[in-house]
Amino acid sequence: MASTRARLIRDMVRIRTVEEVLADHYRDEQEMRTPTHFSIGQEATAVGVCSATTVEDWVYSGHRSHAPYLAKGGDLEALVAELYGKEAGCAHGRGGSMHMIDQSVGFAGSAAILGEMISVAVGSAWAFVRAGEQRIAVTFFGDGAADEGVFAESLNFAAVHRIPVVFVCENNLYSISSPLSVRHAEGTSVHGRAAAAGVRARSVDGNDVFAVHAAARDAVEHARRGTGPVLLELATYRWRAHVGPGTDHDHGYRSKEEIDSWMAGCPILRAADALRAEEPDIDAAVEAWRAEFRQEIHAAIDRAKALPFPDTARLLDGAYLPAAH
Amino acid sequence: MRTLTYWQAISEGTVQCMERDERIFVAGEGVDDVSGSFGTTKEAFDRFGRRRVIDMPNAENATAGFAVGAAAAGARPLVVHVRADFLFLAMDPLVNMTAKWRYTYGGDKGGVPVVTRGVVGRGWGQGSTHSQSPHATFAHYAGLHVATPATPADAKGLLVQALTGDTPVVLIENRNLYQLTGEVPVEPVPTPFGVGRIARPGSDVTVVAASLMVHEAERAAEQLAERGISAEVVDVRSLRPLDEGIICESVAKTGRLVVADTSWARYGFTAEVAAVVAEHVPHALRAPVRRVSLPDSPAPVSRPLEEAFHPGASTIVSACLAVCGETAAELPQLADVSAGFQGPF
Ligand SMILES: Cc1ncc(C[n+]2csc(CCOP(=O)(O)OP(=O)(O)O)c2C)c(N)n1
Repeated sequence: MASTRARLIRDMVRIRTVEEVLADHYRDEQEMRTPTHFSIGQEATAVGVCSATTVEDWVYSGHRSHAPYLAKGGDLEALVAELYGKEAGCAHGRGGSMHMIDQSVGFAGSAAILGEMISVAVGSAWAFVRAGEQRIAVTFFGDGAADEGVFAESLNFAAVHRIPVVFVCENNLYSISSPLSVRHAEGTSVHGRAAAAGVRARSVDGNDVFAVHAAARDAVEHARRGTGPVLLELATYRWRAHVGPGTDHDHGYRSKEEIDSWMAGCPILRAADALRAEEPDIDAAVEAWRAEFRQEIHAAIDRAKALPFPDTARLLDGAYLPAAH
Repeated sequence: MRTLTYWQAISEGTVQCMERDERIFVAGEGVDDVSGSFGTTKEAFDRFGRRRVIDMPNAENATAGFAVGAAAAGARPLVVHVRADFLFLAMDPLVNMTAKWRYTYGGDKGGVPVVTRGVVGRGWGQGSTHSQSPHATFAHYAGLHVATPATPADAKGLLVQALTGDTPVVLIENRNLYQLTGEVPVEPVPTPFGVGRIARPGSDVTVVAASLMVHEAERAAEQLAERGISAEVVDVRSLRPLDEGIICESVAKTGRLVVADTSWARYGFTAEVAAVVAEHVPHALRAPVRRVSLPDSPAPVSRPLEEAFHPGASTIVSACLAVCGETAAELPQLADVSAGFQGPF
């Protein structure tokens, strides 16, 4: 099953399986000592967008970093080792879940402070232009990060200078437990704000991986042509608690019914449904992928746990270049 | 007197001040949610509702500016950040306006007594941008008061002082203190700024500390006592104003100084305390000053690195032994104060 559409489903299944297994281990072992934000339920945004980029393009993200990292092709073993705080982690155990990076595939970094990577992505894309390169930068952030002033400042600068950046807002309706209604005025939208700043903007069903992929291909091409920045607002939904492996329907800020209805609109189920006529064996394929990726993540976890922790004698390394010590 | 936890003391102080002063409102991200900023804003929300306990958009910069404007117009804002690191997004309004408002407009047009709480989140791999203690950063700027309550009583008392005083205040609270219990006055009695506290009397070495480090110093003092060394622990309570008198009197008595902080040494709290002693009682020192502070790197996530990174009671014990001319002791390792904390946040 080698069609692009099947591959998109496969990539989502991989992220889902990896994160579900990681969440179980996180909860049961208490050994991944790093605040972790799972993207379970939001896989279509990362997969749909990253699959439209080349390995030369850069992708940044916020704290909900695993899905964009993996979708861009980030090394799974380095991710798992990072969560366990091991020297072999992608940030050598210094950064944790919120500081993922894999430069070899163009995952340029994720960060823990809201909005930081929005302006940073604009800066990288600006540098690509100055160097005469055809690369673009993509930045993932939530509707909560769109509250920050840096979002408005970045849209403005990118529009003025026609910077080849694609802003990807994963709108999952909440900032921790605060709904959109207390943060954004009624009748407004993130894409509307981008459009007002002069950024080409679209709103897309973020749980429809094919729609996201099509919109992202368009956006990437637009940016790459030098015709300016694009913003995609992708409607999606987080299934688990804001941070950590658990669920949160008992926290009082959203109803079980709301969560259930979004879970019924699971991006993997929806994509499989859409593909079934064309690929009658899709369900068996999904099951086979799940088994394959379960094995892959269990093996990665076993290996990560056996790896050494960083040497405490090297605690200071990297704060400055060695020469500055 | 009855006992409360540190978080209950903050909650009670907030509610009592809000009852007595209609002008006070609370603003912060998620102040109304189930966890209620570690429990500290929950009762206030339940009592006063969203008109006075306001869930803010993620807009730290503008929120700090709104607080200035609200205070200029007669309101009393209490702004809450569940990580002190988010205060860096509020630096301009806090440093360029809040601290300078009264002075810059001539000193006679009124000030902006904005109270800002920031929580330090050390432990469980909080990492480089979720565990910083920026008290010295804010204490650098004239016009602000900065306090670091170490006990439940002071958590309430210093907050009450902040909410009833005329000066803008930054309060830095360490997350690891929230479950600490202690006696707390029922009434909203202010703890004045600039008045330190002898947390434990002693005669051989002075340990000056703030916030969490006061407790680490007290634990260290117990171990030192087993070695026959009597350590006096000074809790400064506020960094600005700083109780120079209590520091200098203690050092004049003991002749030895260790300063312990949860932040870096350079240009920080430990540097300031050492400077105060050097200025006022230089001849009292019988040994060079020792500073217990963070190593010069950002905070790492990995558990062994994190444990090596954060100084604690054992580090203070070693520093005290060194200034007393004693050899490093074979003392049992002390457990981290945050031991037992369950992730993820
Ligand atoms: C400047 C700043 N303020 C507050 C926070 C605390 N915080 C972390 S994640 C988060 C919610 C962000 O919501 P959103 O951007 O929509 O992303 P989501 O978690 O929903 O994926 C908040 C408020 C932070 N990390 N940085």
